[in-house]
Amino acid sequence: MIRYVIRRVALAFAVVAGVVILTFVISDVVPGDPAASWAGPHASAAQIARARQYLGLDQPLAVRIGKYFAGIVTGNWGTSIHTHRPVLSDIGTAAPATLELVIAALVIAILAGVPLGLAAARWPGRGLDHAIRVGSVLGVSMPVFWLALIFQLVFAQRLRLLPVAGQYDPNLVFSHPLTVRTQLPVIDSLISGNWAMLGSTLTHLILPALVVAAYPAGVIARMVRAQVLDTVGEAHVQMVRSLGFPERSVFGTFAMRLAWNPVAAVLALVFAYSLVNTFLVESIFDWPGLGSYAAASVSTLDTPAIVGVTLFVAAAYVAANLVVDLVQAALDPRIRLR
Amino acid sequence: MSGIGVSGIGVSGSGRFLRANPLLATGGMIALLIVLVAVVAPLVMPYPADAGAATHPEMALQAPSAQHLFGTDQVGRDVFSRVLAGTRVSPLVALFVLVIACAVGISLGVLAGYFGGIADEIIMRVTDIFLAFPPLLLALAFATVLPANLTSLTIAIAITWWPWYTRLVRGQAASVAGRPYVEACRALGIPSWRILLRHVLPNSITPVIVQVSLDFGGVILTACALSFLGLGAQDPTPDWGLMVAEGQNYFTTQWWLVTFPGLAILVTALAFNLLGDGLRDVLDPRRVLIR
Repeated sequence: MIRYVIRRVALAFAVVAGVVILTFVISDVVPGDPAASWAGPHASAAQIARARQYLGLDQPLAVRIGKYFAGIVTGNWGTSIHTHRPVLSDIGTAAPATLELVIAALVIAILAGVPLGLAAARWPGRGLDHAIRVGSVLGVSMPVFWLALIFQLVFAQRLRLLPVAGQYDPNLVFSHPLTVRTQLPVIDSLISGNWAMLGSTLTHLILPALVVAAYPAGVIARMVRAQVLDTVGEAHVQMVRSLGFPERSVFGTFAMRLAWNPVAAVLALVFAYSLVNTFLVESIFDWPGLGSYAAASVSTLDTPAIVGVTLFVAAAYVAANLVVDLVQAALDPRIRLR
Repeated sequence: MSGIGVSGIGVSGSGRFLRANPLLATGGMIALLIVLVAVVAPLVMPYPADAGAATHPEMALQAPSAQHLFGTDQVGRDVFSRVLAGTRVSPLVALFVLVIACAVGISLGVLAGYFGGIADEIIMRVTDIFLAFPPLLLALAFATVLPANLTSLTIAIAITWWPWYTRLVRGQAASVAGRPYVEACRALGIPSWRILLRHVLPNSITPVIVQVSLDFGGVILTACALSFLGLGAQDPTPDWGLMVAEGQNYFTTQWWLVTFPGLAILVTALAFNLLGDGLRDVLDPRRVLIR
């Protein structure tokens, strides 16, 4: 097991190193001029040249990659061209909001996807199964940015059930100030007993989280259905059934237990998908996370910020995959020996 | 499963196929309809000029009516005509993306699987690096550094899509390469390129066909998402993602600007996903894929 862990971790580091090189090469062929946008719209040629020197854009590619690598290891991810702040601290400020949104979305997706997948597998080929299958394909086919706009129009602007945008009601900051501990407003207001703020953060979270949950819910429902259908055919589940256990526990307990492993494997993938889907949803809901930051960086050709966010998300994805692999290897010895 | 076998008998056969695979049949029919619309779009559009740069300021932002089924946009163009014309934009991008990704991905996969050794090692490690990015993210990074147009969009998505096919084909090719008939070919002195083309490639390609049909909807969604962010099609191209982005500013009062192009994306992606899903059930029932 230790050898497997070491090999797997080493491989993950090698992939992240490759990711750094790839993102740097991408950013280096930017056709626009980052030095010009750093210096501002009315800068003289000399000022732009000075900016280019300051940003290190006049050095050869290999030197810049070397410096970038060294910087990443020491926590210096460069300076954002549009916020003029260190990229890593920008990411640190934005990441918690995105994390809150993605976790809420995955919780909704699991709560919806698992029971739906189980129900579909219990009566395969019936009307309910078809409806759930269509529903899961619908979730996977949904353009999230469009769903975000429609939800906003229907639930916030027309029905006025939920707030349009933002993380909480800004007026509450004066009447019920939030003690910041974890950077996650929902958790912060919960642990400090700030109920007015908690209500506001939760109602603001519902719409964006539902939108981001559409894709993972579809994937999870599909996966659970397929896995459970596979498992109920196996001998030991048939045995449980023949011993007279009620169908409820045959499905809910025995078949589902074996289906968890592949569902866990899918979670890393849907986590990555949800993370990237927030890029399309956050700016619509004015959510102060990585997605809004990335969208702003794209429009200003902010190379260090784009490279930083890309690197951060890819590294998070590699880490999530690593964790899932290690957990699966711990549960199933056959995987370690491959 | 049996549907395909009996469909040759006649009407009753196709009826049975429909009942056995209702999702596949529905998806297939909608997909066929979309392809048909794409082919005849210039003939059926009520206002063909509105698919391009035409402007009618006096008719701007009209609600849906008998003259303009989906209403008009901010410069007075007929949204219905533009949605119909959109069948020639993102679905076509998806088609080109998949052709490029297959050409690159399949060749590299076959080479890696058949030859093994150092070539395999290099190709698969590069593939690992590309697969470490969620697809939309890498396409976003590439699209940002390329000039914003449909060619760049196609290239950006294709660059992120090929590694999936490489990985898929490599496994198949490696198992085919070890089979006795391939060894027999080698013993007979048949050149490698001929073995690759005649034996390894045809025997490794089935899973790719299933995967391509499953990916079509996903590529359309990715293309529309990037256009929505302003990284793909530019006005006056009648791209659905771009139309949603342009309608966003007027959305609270003019709901039709965003609703109809978005519905077109949803219906198209849904049709091809149902089709791909059904095809997989029929051709390759043992595979469970999540992409």
